[in-house]
Amino acid sequence: MKEAGVKAWVPSLLRLALVVLLIAFVSNPGWFEPLLKPLTESNAPAIYNQGSLLTLTLLHLRTVLIATVAATTVAVALAILVTRPAGVEFLPLSRSLVNIGQTFPPVAVLALAVPAVGFGEKPTLIALFLYGLLPIFENALTGLTTLPANVVEAARGAGMTGWQRLVKVELPLSAPIILGGIRLSVVISLATATIGSTVAARTLGEVIIAGLLSNNLAFVLQGGLIVAALAVLIYDGLSAIERYTARRMGQETA
Amino acid sequence: MTIRFDKLGVVIAAIVAYAAFAAPFATFRANRIVPGEARSILEALPAMLGPLLLAVIVVAAVVALLKTPLILRLAASVVALAALALLIGVAGSFLTPEGNSFARISPASGFWLLIFAFTLLLADVLTRLNLSPWARIGVLVVAAAAIGMLLVSGSWNSLSILKEYANRADSFWAEGSKHVTLALGSLAAAVIAGLPLGILCHRVEKLRAGVLNVLNIIQTIPSIALFGLLIAPLGWVATHVPGAASLGIRGIGTAPAFVALFLYSLLPVVANTVVGLAGVPRAANDAARGMGMTDRQRLFGVEFPLAFPVILTGIRIVLVQNIGLATIAALIGGGGFGVFVFQGVGQTAMDLVLLGAVPTVALAFAAAIILDAVIEMTSTRRPEAQPA
Repeated sequence: MKEAGVKAWVPSLLRLALVVLLIAFVSNPGWFEPLLKPLTESNAPAIYNQGSLLTLTLLHLRTVLIATVAATTVAVALAILVTRPAGVEFLPLSRSLVNIGQTFPPVAVLALAVPAVGFGEKPTLIALFLYGLLPIFENALTGLTTLPANVVEAARGAGMTGWQRLVKVELPLSAPIILGGIRLSVVISLATATIGSTVAARTLGEVIIAGLLSNNLAFVLQGGLIVAALAVLIYDGLSAIERYTARRMGQETA
Repeated sequence: MTIRFDKLGVVIAAIVAYAAFAAPFATFRANRIVPGEARSILEALPAMLGPLLLAVIVVAAVVALLKTPLILRLAASVVALAALALLIGVAGSFLTPEGNSFARISPASGFWLLIFAFTLLLADVLTRLNLSPWARIGVLVVAAAAIGMLLVSGSWNSLSILKEYANRADSFWAEGSKHVTLALGSLAAAVIAGLPLGILCHRVEKLRAGVLNVLNIIQTIPSIALFGLLIAPLGWVATHVPGAASLGIRGIGTAPAFVALFLYSLLPVVANTVVGLAGVPRAANDAARGMGMTDRQRLFGVEFPLAFPVILTGIRIVLVQNIGLATIAALIGGGGFGVFVFQGVGQTAMDLVLLGAVPTVALAFAAAIILDAVIEMTSTRRPEAQPA
């Protein structure tokens, strides 16, 4: 019993250690210089020196956050629309459209968005938005179409209007599945946002690209690891929220 | 008699009205990097053809707007798309001044919106027709053949993207084959390594969580970083392992791109193999055991065929993803269509970006349609595999 208890703590401790390490690294990268120094050649700097890692990390997160909020709003609204009687004839088409959107490589979207909106954060937001749509839309659709029929019937029987049913029954019940889609979308976006730096968006990709251009492995490694650590932590955090809402929904419907 | 509107048709008609009458049809530029001047349909086409194109578009939009039979909608969308495809080439030669080789004519937002609107109509018709997998591949082949004929016939040669192509025809095909080799080769390697790994994970429960977690973490590393990080170990291998360099293993170039794509491809293949095998009905396995099948016979005769559609879904994800990711290989000298995209971004020459982006999107799109069709064929042939 006791052993199982100790074992259950290990992942949480690892996560905590990762958080501490990440915060220490982005706020005071100088401490880690000896670790990265062996990766550099001919006395090149081991820590990115053309901007603060902390600022870049925050800008990176901001870009992903804006794109995810936009993608979630549109994807969920679209999923609601095509599952109402009035919009049901758009269902197959919207599904194939979102699928087609996913076949566009992010680099192509970025490069093509540049003439329309200019260099910088905007083309990155467009690419992340398009890429984030599919997982959220698919999951929202699954959530809204696989509700237990008796619950929906009961809500109708209780005299709830369409709007009340949506807000009080359908959306809360499908929340865990929708959250799962958001989680996937966020992890994809975190990695994809780095490509945005090829069109001059200020993300952690800047560090990686600087490393590629000056053949400095330390830069590539630190940029890549910060993004990977963020992705792992955010993935874990969102999974926890998902389990929490699923448990709450389970209790409320029981 | 009442007139009934089609809901999607209202959207299409609105886009068409804006694109045909308010947005520019083509852009004229004195050379490849200066900003362009807009030309409307009537300005961009010779005397008779402009009004003719407008008439075709308006009729097709009305067909879309009203509730009309599917076959009529199909005809309207195909005729409108064909007219647009043919006439943009005409506009190209019409707008290019005599003997001027610097001027660039490219399709503008109005043209793209019209293409989008009628493709939407076509996509809706095709979705509603509920075509069989073979028919879908047939439609793809017909569309590809039509585009191929337009390209070969030279009617698009006056458009800017093909002028970029004409300047670098040789490197286009070289980079193209590199792109396809990278995407398909890394997929093949991932399938060869991933299937046994997936089977192993299915059989040995202790391994499963560990392997899948490691593969999950690899997915979180941004592609450009993974490409970069492989430069060092591969460079080390090239200089220290005899014979490695002669195999083409090098620190920069195709090798790290190949390995990175391979690593990204592993997760979908392994995960879907595990899910597919786990979804094999217990009864099927019990029956096979009862018949005295050995483990190996059971794997190849029962489990594998039943899990196949799910594994194919993983392969589809990987292929579409790899075709897109292979563009990034250009950043580390790995070649592929990304070369044109990044050159184009560097020179702010959008036609060059398009030369890299359009074939990539077309490849990814074709791969998605073909594999979706194959998945549907394999899963309908064995309906008992459905409740996975």
